[in-house]
Amino acid sequence: MKVVVCVKQIPDPNTTGQLDPQTHLLKRDGVEVVMDPGDEFGVEAGLKLVEAQGGEVTVVSMGPERGLDAVRKALAMGAAKGILISDDALRGSDALTTARVLAEAIKREGFDLVITATESTDGYTGVVPQAIAELLDVPAVTFAKSVECDGSTLKVQRQTEAGHDVVEASLPAVVSVTAGVNEPRYPSLKGIMGAKSKPLDRLSPSDLGLDGQGGASAGQSITAVQPAPERAAGEIVKDEGDAAKRVADFLASKKVI
Amino acid sequence: MALGRIWVFAEVLQGKPVPVALELLTKARSLGGTVEALVFSPEAEAAAADLGAHGAETVYAATDQAYVEVLLGGPAADAIAELVAEQQPDLILFGMTQDGRDVAGRLAAKLGVPVIANGLDVSADGDVAVETSIFGASLNVTTKFDGGKPAIAIFRPKSFAAEPSGGASAKVVPITTAVAEKHRSARVVDRVADVASGPKLEEAPVVISGGRGLGDPKNFELLEQLAQAIGNAAVGASRAVVDAGWVPYSMQVGQTGKTVKPSVYIACGISGAMQHTVGMKGAKAIVAINKDENAPIFKLADLGVVGDVLKIVPQLVEEVKARKG
Repeated sequence: MKVVVCVKQIPDPNTTGQLDPQTHLLKRDGVEVVMDPGDEFGVEAGLKLVEAQGGEVTVVSMGPERGLDAVRKALAMGAAKGILISDDALRGSDALTTARVLAEAIKREGFDLVITATESTDGYTGVVPQAIAELLDVPAVTFAKSVECDGSTLKVQRQTEAGHDVVEASLPAVVSVTAGVNEPRYPSLKGIMGAKSKPLDRLSPSDLGLDGQGGASAGQSITAVQPAPERAAGEIVKDEGDAAKRVADFLASKKVI
Repeated sequence: MALGRIWVFAEVLQGKPVPVALELLTKARSLGGTVEALVFSPEAEAAAADLGAHGAETVYAATDQAYVEVLLGGPAADAIAELVAEQQPDLILFGMTQDGRDVAGRLAAKLGVPVIANGLDVSADGDVAVETSIFGASLNVTTKFDGGKPAIAIFRPKSFAAEPSGGASAKVVPITTAVAEKHRSARVVDRVADVASGPKLEEAPVVISGGRGLGDPKNFELLEQLAQAIGNAAVGASRAVVDAGWVPYSMQVGQTGKTVKPSVYIACGISGAMQHTVGMKGAKAIVAINKDENAPIFKLADLGVVGDVLKIVPQLVEEVKARKG
């Protein structure tokens, strides 16, 4: 089966991101970037499925040049082919534009199953998988905490408020996976070496027939950026054996005990 | 520019609108314009009174039995798109739930209009603008819609307080768009509920949450004991321990889990990653217990205790029991 996994290079989530005060674009200079940790689960899920069912994983990413690192990491983990769609005009793209670009690249590549994370760890929008599915005219089975596939039918445990739903869907489909769906592998040294000779397509929006799509065509714009009001500084104490009493005093002062 | 129609996507569970639907209706009332609700459930009629009492004049109701079984995203987006063409709403509000995101994402792509997610507030003075918070809730960002109607926005639960308007039961207008055959290829074959006891996480006045700092899944028992001792308290968790399989997802507090705003939130062995804090920073008071004095959670804490959570929590259980007699 043909599995396409979407990945994204993001600022290291362990650092605090910043927006340029003038352009309201993400500051990328001097910022450590990594493959979105959420995407590692998607790559792993794809690799597991093709290992069981045969076929291969293609990994697709939209982003600046540095996005290549994320694609290469997925190749090193075991994906067969990479696609990076890059263009200055794509800076500042919104969720809909991102979905259009990814969906067009996926359509061009062909697929039985598209796998994404549920949301990116930098933007947290969480609507791109569904938008891709709509553009590809296939079901989106989202928030999957387990994914099984026999090659034609998908069986997914989908997280719900109350617990989970068991969902069955026939391919082709889009599935978005949660962190925790599996244990992503580390790229082996052999994998890292091998990744260098794997096919890698570099595309622009015009290659996909999407001229004019990008930040400028986004139907939304940031008008203000302000530091969030901070909570008043609290009291920090070291436990000297009296911590439980202090917490109990605090709870009593809030009238919950 | 005054808004015309404002729609609220209202999920209905066991004949009742979910809380975020009523919160969004309440907010929608303050924006001016005509407030209406969209319901995809055979139980839509039963919810009309509650929806009306919170400001919906009309409920567009899709009551096909198929909605019990299909994934809502595809067919609901189809039906809403048809209704949009007819009724020309200016704004559609969704709650940041699984189904809310599925429908909103597909609808935006179908209509080719922008969608803003993770909203905390919305205004309509001139342009429609949505406030979100990013980067560990360190920045508040206001984003306005530039074009393409309707504007679609998704809001975190508990961003607004639900207040009845005293309105009459909403008029029910049937949605007649059929569920397309292609959407029936994906279906829910079983629904599994995690077993929970005590008050609901979103409603409990005290929430005690645990993270990796607890060291071992069995130590969640300590938090259960503390919840019992306090009474009317619920136990939550960080994503890290849910992902690790220690506790079920229904206990997760944070970006991808539940949003809670209790009187007191007690974070035990939680470092305070953004993923978690967006779900709990609205608590009236926050207590944090963590070994690492540099843990970001202490920036939010009204009372922070640097110490061993496994030692302090059992002492706290005894202390609370003693005080309550």
